[in-house]
Order: sequence, then C-alpha cells, then structure tokens
Amino acid sequence: MTRTVYLKEILEDEKMIKRRIVQNNFSGVLITFISSLVVVPLVLILFYLLVNGISSINLDFIMNLPKPVGESGGGIFNAIAGSLIIVAVALVLSVPLAVLGGIYLSEYPDSKTAELVRFSNDILQGTPSIVIGIFAWVLVVVPMGHFSAFSGSVALGVMVIPLVLKATEETLKRIPSELREAAAAMGVPYHRVILKVVVPTGLKGIVNGILLGATRISGETAPLLFTAFGSPFMNVNAGKPMSSLPLVIYNYATSPYDEWHKMAWGASLLLIIAVFGINMLARIFVSKKGGR
Amino acid sequence: MSRKSEEPLLQLENLSAYFHDKRIIKDINFSVGRNKVVSIMGPSGCGKTTLIRCVNRMHEMSPGGTATGKIIMDGEDLNKINTIKVRRKIGMVFQRPNPFPTMTIYENVIAGYLLNGIKIPKKISHEIVEDSLSKAALWDEVKDGLNKKGTYLSGGQQQRLCIARALAMNPEILLLDEPTSALDPKATSRIEELVVQLKENVTILMVTHNIAQAARVSDDTAFMYLGELVEYGSTKEMFTVPKDKRTEEYLTGKFG
Repeated sequence: MTRTVYLKEILEDEKMIKRRIVQNNFSGVLITFISSLVVVPLVLILFYLLVNGISSINLDFIMNLPKPVGESGGGIFNAIAGSLIIVAVALVLSVPLAVLGGIYLSEYPDSKTAELVRFSNDILQGTPSIVIGIFAWVLVVVPMGHFSAFSGSVALGVMVIPLVLKATEETLKRIPSELREAAAAMGVPYHRVILKVVVPTGLKGIVNGILLGATRISGETAPLLFTAFGSPFMNVNAGKPMSSLPLVIYNYATSPYDEWHKMAWGASLLLIIAVFGINMLARIFVSKKGGR
Repeated sequence: MSRKSEEPLLQLENLSAYFHDKRIIKDINFSVGRNKVVSIMGPSGCGKTTLIRCVNRMHEMSPGGTATGKIIMDGEDLNKINTIKVRRKIGMVFQRPNPFPTMTIYENVIAGYLLNGIKIPKKISHEIVEDSLSKAALWDEVKDGLNKKGTYLSGGQQQRLCIARALAMNPEILLLDEPTSALDPKATSRIEELVVQLKENVTILMVTHNIAQAARVSDDTAFMYLGELVEYGSTKEMFTVPKDKRTEEYLTGKFG
C-alpha cells in the first residue's frame, strides 16, 4: 500500500469523521453550559437584591436624609452624594497619574523605569483594600487629626491607579506602530505623536478603563472604614467625614434594627444599579461608530 | 553617473545599517537624480525597507536600529541634521495604508500640519487638500465626503490618501515602501500610474517585490541581495542586460 492510499484511507474513514462530529457537538454544548454558569451568581445577586430591596426604594429614600432609630422613613441622600463626591475626587487624583503612567509603559516599554513601574503596579493591584485603607489613614487621617472624605478618596484613588494604568497601557499597545510611524515620518516630534495620534486613537479604551475603574471603587467598603468613616448628616465638605453607599450598607446591615436592614437592602440595590449603569455607559461609549 | 550637468539630489555613501550587532545593509553607495523614480528590488530580507528607512532616519526609531555612513541631500548630510527637518523634506508611504483613524479625509491630508501644530489659513488649507488629493488621483472620488473618516475608504483609496498626506507637506523626495503589496491589481495599477505622474514634482524611491512593477514605473533600479547593493543603473539596461549573475537569476525568477 503506498503512502497516499494509506493516508487517504485513514483521513476519509467515515466512522472516524462521524465520531469527530459527535465529539465536536458534545464539547460545544459542554462549553456553552459551563460558560453560562458564569452568569448564575450575578443573576442570583440581582434577584435577591430586587426581592429584598425594591420595597425600600422610593423617592423619599433617594432624596431624604437618614432619621434617627425609631423614627420611620428617611433616606440615604447623603450617602449617594457622598459616594459621588468621594469617587469623583478619587478619580481626579488618580486618573492623570494612571493615564500618564500607562502612556509611559506603552511608549517606552523596555526601559528600566518601565519595568519597575509595571512590577509595582501589579503588586499594587494585588494589595488588599484594607491595607490601602490603612495607608491612607497613616498618610492623611493621622496628620489631619480626624477622618475625612478626602482621605477616603486618597484610598480609593490608590486602588484605582493600577486598573486605569493597565487599561491605558493595554489599549495603547494595541495601536498599530504604523500610525506612530506615519506621524513621525512627517517630522512630528514624538511627544506630539503621543498627544495627537496615540492618545486620541486609544481614547475610547482609556475612558472605558476609567469607567470600569470607577465602578470597581464605588463599591469598596474596607478602605473607607477608617478614612471617610461615614456620617449621618449631609456633608459636602471633603475635609470632614462623609457617608457613602458601601459604608451605609455596612453600618445598616450590621445594626440590630429591622428598619435599617431594609435600608441596607435598598442601598445595595441602588449601588448595583449604578454599577450596572456605568458599565452600560462604558459599553455604549466603546461601541460607538468610527475609530478603532 | 553620466549626466554631469545635473547634480544628483541624493547620494548614499558607505551606508550601513544595523539591528543591534547585526548588519542589515552593507556599504551602500549610489546617487539618485532629481525627478527620477528609483525602484529598490531584491528578495525578502535583503534590506530594501531598511535602506529607505535610513534615508528619512526612521530606521533609528526601531529598537536597536543604528546606521553609519553618509546620506547627502543637496550637499547636506542628513545624518547631521535634526530628524524633524529631514522628515519634512522627505515623505514616506508605508506598506499598509495607515490613515489616522480619528481624523476625517480632510484632516488626514493636512495631518502633517495639524500634528505639527502649524497653523495655516483656511483658504490655503483648502487649496492644499484639493491639490494634494488631485495629485494623488483621489479628489474626484472623495470631494463630496471630505468629512468622512479616512478609514471608511477602500484599501486602494486609503493608500492614495496616504500619498496625498505625504504630498501635502511638499516633500522633495517620496519614499514608497512596497506601496501596493496590500492592494488588489486594479488599485495597484492606479498607484503605478500615479507614481509616474508624480515624478514631475518629486523624486521617488520605491521598494518593490514586483519585478514587473519596477520595469513599468522606474527610471533606475537598485538590486539588493543579502544587504549588499549588487547592481544599480538604468532600469531598461538592467532588465535587458544585467551585469551581475545574481541580478539575472532574480529577474528570471530563479530565486526570490
């Protein structure tokens, strides 16, 4: 038997082809099933929150301030405002650093500094959030002598740096070098190539990274426990203790009062709706037409 | 060179280029006359692209890229002047069309001005856009959609847009790095026609894999092999009576 005939026989063996088709279909179904398991926790969380939290959510809940124990009603407006302020200040503090760092890592990937920065960034990403909270406490709360929203923002800012930095680096690295060369070949200095070509081309990815980072830190509780601390009052002064949604959830859920438990459910639902909303925003933003 | 009356525009003297320690091109010497189309031919990996990337000093942007020797343009050694100046005199078009995805067609044409922060009056920028797109034989196809993104065009149109972008800077030399290798035959022949028209205004160095293309469009040809310049001269002569055996073998398809 020549080799050609032999190979033809084994390659066109009907039984074997049938078996492969069956195997293929089976693994297809298996993989689809296993991947869809990923959705299960999220669906369960959403369902549980909806069942327990939906009854607490109304206009009063969103627009009013908390009332003392025993009085019914009251809302968590101060926590909603506090979360917005703390997260916004955290982003203002960290995004410039993280984006510039990401640009550096993408454009000068092989320098010694870049290696050090990349390594440190990975470690920082793995640092437990409670440790970052202590860091902000030592850095800001102790010198100031009291808790403050600002110290919470510092903690959350430190937390979000690695996420935004990595997102920026990865986005910019994917931009074809031909674009940089096209600009450089017209005598454009490299700093302008970065500012005018690289960053605008990768802007969507960077903004997406920032939005996802914002959702990540908006649910953080541990770093806020001994920084922003929480407050039952309306406060917009970042120099003073401030409430936030995760803190409210933590405080209410660990309290002995049923009324407060219900409010914790409501606040949880609100928080996850906000996270969901920002995620959707990020998706819409990225899928918009044009660009890369 | 036989034309003594005409100073060559560009002269390469003992040009060598390296990636780290590896020598990619070895002691290249040749001169390019004004308003000529010179094609640079040779098998893959022989250093064609590196050669033209040395001319506008892009080679040194690649990691580990260095070069020695002289590149003299109008009596000035390009290795001694600032790369920004060099690249404003010498335009480049790359293998794959690379319009800026964030810019419209209009903005892509004047990208050299926009990116360098050079302010020009509206009227003049309109003129530059129309003039460059016309020279690149793209004006009629895009004049009604100048505000569309450059990336909406077809591959061949994108490449002509890139040529227009290079022409808008009024270069004296245009480097084309296999400008048609990513294009279909029809788009290729349009670019070839264009190259022939363009030499009225600009001197062109074109890397090509395509022997027939070199024969169709170029006045002079450089044949490179393993980093060396094997033969340089009039395209017609080289294609009819190659002096070197390797050139003949390459042209007749024995290797490459």
